[in-house]
Amino acid sequence: MSTAYLVLADGTTFEGKHFGHPGTAIGEVVFNTGMTGYQEILTDPSYAGQLVTLTFPLIGNYGVNQTDFESVRVQASSLIIHELCELPSSWRSSATLDSFLAESEVVGIAGIDTRHLTRYLRARGVTMGIVSSEHEPDVLLKLLGAASRYETVNYVQQVSTNAPYVWPSDSDEPSYRIALLDCGVKFNILRSLAALNAEVTVWPSWSSAEEILATDPDGVFLSPGPGDPSLLGDIVNNVNMLIHAKPTMGICLGNQLIGCAFGGHTFKLPFGHRGSNHPVKDLESGRVIITSQNHGYALADKFTDPGIEVWQINLNDGTVEGLKHKTLPIFSIQYHPEASPGPTDSIGYLAKFLKMIDDNRK
Amino acid sequence: MPKDLSIKKVMVIGSGPIIIGQAAEFDYAGTQACQSLREEGISVVLVNSNPATIMTDPEMADAVYIEPLNAEFAEKIIAQERPDGLLPTLGGQTGLNLATELATRGILEKYNVRLLGTQLKAIQQAEDRERFRSLMREIGEPVPNSWIVETEEELEILSRNTEAPWPLIVRPAYTLGGTGGGIAKTPAQLIEIGSRGLKLSPRHQVMVERFLGGWKEVEYEVMRDASDTCITICNMENFDPMGIHTGDSIVVAPSQTLSDKEYQMLRSASLKIIRSLGIEGGCNVQLSLSPHTFEYYIIEVNPRVSRSSALASKATGYPIARVAAKIAIGLRLDEIPNAVTKKTLACFEPALDYCVVKIPRWPFDKFTLADRRITTQMKATGEVMALGRSFEEALLKAVRSLEIGIYGLRPKNADLRTEMDIENGLEFATDERLFLICEAFHRGMSLDEVAQLTNVDKWFLVKLQRLVKLENKIRSHALELFPTISTELAALIREAKHLGFSDRHLAEALAVPEKTVRALVKSLGLRPVYKMVDTCAAEFEAETPYFYSCFDDKETEVTAKV
Repeated sequence: MSTAYLVLADGTTFEGKHFGHPGTAIGEVVFNTGMTGYQEILTDPSYAGQLVTLTFPLIGNYGVNQTDFESVRVQASSLIIHELCELPSSWRSSATLDSFLAESEVVGIAGIDTRHLTRYLRARGVTMGIVSSEHEPDVLLKLLGAASRYETVNYVQQVSTNAPYVWPSDSDEPSYRIALLDCGVKFNILRSLAALNAEVTVWPSWSSAEEILATDPDGVFLSPGPGDPSLLGDIVNNVNMLIHAKPTMGICLGNQLIGCAFGGHTFKLPFGHRGSNHPVKDLESGRVIITSQNHGYALADKFTDPGIEVWQINLNDGTVEGLKHKTLPIFSIQYHPEASPGPTDSIGYLAKFLKMIDDNRK
Repeated sequence: MPKDLSIKKVMVIGSGPIIIGQAAEFDYAGTQACQSLREEGISVVLVNSNPATIMTDPEMADAVYIEPLNAEFAEKIIAQERPDGLLPTLGGQTGLNLATELATRGILEKYNVRLLGTQLKAIQQAEDRERFRSLMREIGEPVPNSWIVETEEELEILSRNTEAPWPLIVRPAYTLGGTGGGIAKTPAQLIEIGSRGLKLSPRHQVMVERFLGGWKEVEYEVMRDASDTCITICNMENFDPMGIHTGDSIVVAPSQTLSDKEYQMLRSASLKIIRSLGIEGGCNVQLSLSPHTFEYYIIEVNPRVSRSSALASKATGYPIARVAAKIAIGLRLDEIPNAVTKKTLACFEPALDYCVVKIPRWPFDKFTLADRRITTQMKATGEVMALGRSFEEALLKAVRSLEIGIYGLRPKNADLRTEMDIENGLEFATDERLFLICEAFHRGMSLDEVAQLTNVDKWFLVKLQRLVKLENKIRSHALELFPTISTELAALIREAKHLGFSDRHLAEALAVPEKTVRALVKSLGLRPVYKMVDTCAAEFEAETPYFYSCFDDKETEVTAKV
């Protein structure tokens, strides 16, 4: 393995070993504390434009398999790890992480003290960075300086489907027809809805509300997605029309879009929530669930429309984790009920959404 | 729900003498719990027959009784102290058995003592094999086919059962560390092991079930509070597959060969079980996972603080016994602060950014004539645990901590071992198996052959093979002229230090004095740094004096206050 570098915006340089595809990648450097699930993380569209650091030091142990994909390609710009496993051991493994990234044309860097890097990000907040197997650090710092910042790029446009498609229900006669606005959907959301007897039409993020409502879906689902939500004003306007017309559930970015539609705003978290161990408290039941999270922005707890209320909060920092409308069939959560990776404690919310549709039909 | 203010005085039962099949885990847990209760302003009455424990130190409890752990003495203490509650889940099986006896004899009722934490019904449901199995069937969690045997005649009938899936594993009910169990490959062995088990079981009961040889053995430490919030503290994977008692297995935390799908599948099963039992406190769930499919079985549940929970506590920094004691007096997980970060709450799941290796410590140096084979009956009397940034580093640190005179990888008297000795030692595990695996690699045995003989997952074996290869490469430089060494050897030493080799280990390989290696390592700028065990993989700032050393990078987190 040849030498590779990670250079951060302030010039801080980490030297490591290159793996995957040779090349250079620029993006926002973030960290995820999950101990499993690198394949799902790499293919999650919400990691677009990011250089993902995994805090767990031993990565690639169970290889890469044919099923644990969350989209059709690697979405993260690069992977930053401590130790790469060269000989994985798992009955499902069909490739090593190294060969998978090489084939996916994504550059990876190993041999990094990821704890040191994580402590840096925790103290100073996430930052732009550049990973490269091609250039020396001084060149990399110049390239990084010339690159556009994460906050200014509309990644939703890049990861969304270009044309609508249908994800069939697991049964021949679906009980629900859902319209999903694709800002960066993960396959496991579609798989989980399909298993609950729902047929999902996946719409490009720029689809108009009229176009979607013309198909008369039973409910609307707002997907997760990457980037700064404040760039998505047009989508918020569309969402505003959709949610007032149909029972709606939103997750992650979908939660933020709903919040914004009710007069809320988002702000950037210092180092985001990325991991499989985030405690979320349901303010109604008092029960706490452990959730899978991946977001760099959070909703401020302030809405001009009094119809919406916060019903779940994060136990670590008190940020908004779920919204509920007082009268309309609308609710959302900031974390990932579909897990993949992470705990499945909150998977029941997808069934709750479908039940809300049932109740609304009465 | 806030703290139950009607509880002012609590009696804690210790675990009595430390015996073979037990480390000092119950003393560790009991001490933590006593401190945790007193922190809440509760007066603690401790009873333990073993004065050679930390928990019986005068400052750990308000009153310490060093008396035999039986119902007669316990009643006298209860009559004198009149505690409001009894916390039985910290003294291991001994504590649980005594509490059960006190309850069934009506002594608790007589003196109006409440059983705190997990209720007796839940404990019995988890401990009684048949009731446990029927509960598992009810909630749809798989348990292997099994038979409860209570008489010699039933044993005889089972031995002639043509549908029995041989080999069978025999476990006596209600014994510590699975005393008296074993694997029966033939009807004759079943009768031999089964009869012994019947004699050793206080209920005269043994369970016989399908032996899942070669399956992965995985454990989850889970907690639940009275509001039904459930969390996982840690999962652990055994290096030694099914067939060796987890107390006699090398254990790694967190699991290394499970994908997220498998990790979450077993985590969900563990949480479902703790919910169905209604446990309030900690619980250990042992599962067996097929290495070829998603098939798994629930093997055992310990509804109490156990050896594994002590290990999980030290592996993660999460004080399981401390939190369990607080749950027992009514607190909820989200009302208990995280003692490590002091900023977050006890209601979360620890994220590790290091690898933990536990190796059992067997007393065969004291019992020189004992049978050194390790199977389903625990023989270890202690264990060592080490942390590192890699499996190799943690393993080598743990080996040194065993204090058995081995500082590297090869067994004692390595050159005297015949090929046959080694093959036997790989197939039939003894305390020396780890070193014999390394010796097999040293002599050129292939990965497949070693895997075939040991059933150990190749992920672990590859790591051992890598260490042996590195050691051999270093050894080939033995005659090099010190201190002017080649850049090749310098690179090898750098790699070796990162993988946890000690100076003494390197000195042995290079055939030079240890201090020569020490000077060399220093001249290469290789110095250990210290990383914090903070429960959260550095996501939050933490305040804890718990660190491990490694040779990763140059950032150290210890600010010395000497």
